[in-house]
Amino acid sequence: MIEKQKKGRYGIYGGQYIPETLMTELERIETTYNEAKNDPEFQKELTDLLNNYANRPSLLYHAKRMSDDLGGAQIYFKREDLNHTGAHKINNVIGQALLAKRLGKTRLIAETGAGQHGVATATIAALFGMSCEIYMGKMDTDRQKLNVYRMELLGAKVHSVTSGSMVLKDAINAAMQEWASRVDDTFYVIGSAVGPHPFPEMVRDFQSVISREARAQILKETGKLPDAIVACVGGGSNAIGSFAEFINDPSVQLIGCEAAGRGVDTDQTAATLERGSTGIFHGMKSVFLQDKFGQIDKVYSISAGLDYPGVGPEHAALNASGRAQYVGITDDEAVDAFEYIAKTEGIIAAIESSHAVAYVEKMAPKMRKDQVIICTLSGRGDKDVASIAKYRGVDINE
Amino acid sequence: MSELAKVFQNKKAFIGFVVADDPDADSTVKNVVALAEGGADLVELGIPFSDPVADGPVIQEADLRAFKVGVTPDKIFEIVAAIRKETAVPLVFLTYLNIVFKYGYDKFCARCQKLGVSGLIIPDMPYEEKDDLAPIAAKYAVDLIPLVTPTSGHRIEKIVKHATGFIYVVSSMGVTGTRNTIKTDLHQLIQQIRQYTDTPTAIGFGVHTPEQASELGAIADGVIVGSAIVKLVAQHGTNAAPALKKYAQEMKAALPVLSAE
Repeated sequence: MIEKQKKGRYGIYGGQYIPETLMTELERIETTYNEAKNDPEFQKELTDLLNNYANRPSLLYHAKRMSDDLGGAQIYFKREDLNHTGAHKINNVIGQALLAKRLGKTRLIAETGAGQHGVATATIAALFGMSCEIYMGKMDTDRQKLNVYRMELLGAKVHSVTSGSMVLKDAINAAMQEWASRVDDTFYVIGSAVGPHPFPEMVRDFQSVISREARAQILKETGKLPDAIVACVGGGSNAIGSFAEFINDPSVQLIGCEAAGRGVDTDQTAATLERGSTGIFHGMKSVFLQDKFGQIDKVYSISAGLDYPGVGPEHAALNASGRAQYVGITDDEAVDAFEYIAKTEGIIAAIESSHAVAYVEKMAPKMRKDQVIICTLSGRGDKDVASIAKYRGVDINE
Repeated sequence: MSELAKVFQNKKAFIGFVVADDPDADSTVKNVVALAEGGADLVELGIPFSDPVADGPVIQEADLRAFKVGVTPDKIFEIVAAIRKETAVPLVFLTYLNIVFKYGYDKFCARCQKLGVSGLIIPDMPYEEKDDLAPIAAKYAVDLIPLVTPTSGHRIEKIVKHATGFIYVVSSMGVTGTRNTIKTDLHQLIQQIRQYTDTPTAIGFGVHTPEQASELGAIADGVIVGSAIVKLVAQHGTNAAPALKKYAQEMKAALPVLSAE
């Protein structure tokens, strides 16, 4: 386990680099979260919603055809794509929304990239009878129109953010600004394991249900721990949730797949841990894609959920300590994997998750048949069908 | 006494803000000189950051104008050197922590001292995160200006107790930008601060009219105007100096005069 020297620190990373306007609120959130964490009633309500509303536990599915086809390790998919709303995002949103309720908030705001976190937040806001506003970069509202309409159906107001590069980081900026001007009734549901303490820790805790289940499921199925866990990393919430319960099992290799866009060596990339350097942004010290003056880079990936110029502080620490490895997967590789898993296993996985699948395709053939990889399918790919068609030059009149 | 504490000696201070290199280096020098000539007691120079989460649209647009002409921290230090040939007006930088972190805390503060930049205002560095920078800033006699906001409450004591320079009192929630009404009970907020320190206070965020200067100047030791000045720069482009000088004169004239002791 990464040792925490100071509250909310992971090695040198983490912290609370946020305007004073929000500090009292962060203190309240931290205190309330620490109480809630140890409150059996809170945990009971959380588990009930996860199981009876969000469809947990999610399946751990043995992909036999893909394992045979690749001819190496046995591949298991942790099916977060089968959750209600179609991605892992709901795990965290249920937790944070319960916390918001405990804090007496009546309004949820959130940023979203691909739209999955926005959809999950809008869904829970509807369920809890809270008002909801979602901030989404204009580039993303354009390429994820289906999710925008879905959020509106759920009663949320979607703001198309036109500042900066108009993607996920700009949506976070806009949501933070809105939060700073209205902390009284508003809770900012951060969608990834990023931001100021206690958010990275809370998001990790709420997403840890992925690895808690996966660990028990694989032990039951195979009687041993897996050899590797593979998950995609944007800010890193599904990956940290997939890693969490295995961090203290040194035999389990942890691999995060970042979006390399048009290539790690191009400037059209979002491969933060391969290309970035230490910096301070969005409330945390972590690794960021930035220039030598500390200006945050514009990043690129085909995946709206992974094109973030930073990464959660715990990932930065796991990378620094060598406990986890991070690899870049290009757009081309991810799109190939998107098609491959569809044709081989009959699963249309999110383009984000397809980054992890692409790496599984690379590593599995080099492993023995008695070895096991668990790959988290963080979301389903319905939302991506139109943009993959476009990528392949197919006009489907969307 | 720090350079900045002198700003507030026997007078109410008018503090103006411009974004460095907006719309270009020469104009910035002229604008700072004009503010000083108009009566500004202290000028804040903003160092643009790609993602200024504490700033409203007016300052964000100024940042973009500066990026267009290739602003960098080194270019801004050159601008400061040019300013120093024209005026001795006290200066502080306002920027985000990543800019200072990337430059190197030691190197950055050393250059500040050398060029007579007396303080740093860093909106994304709260009390809890100042420990890395504070000893280095102190070594070079650069004051770290803390911010106190309407929500600071029980945090005020620790924030202001050992504050040097002055205390930036944020009038309203949200981001920078002009506001017609300020709802916070600033009188009470300043009283709370006064319980723990004699360090001067200056109120910013939303301040733009002489009436506000008069009203807030009666409560605090100074007023800070950012967006309203940056708007004038946006309107007048490379010829904003006369308008800035006139504006500074009006604001300074509106501030209460302290009777000689």
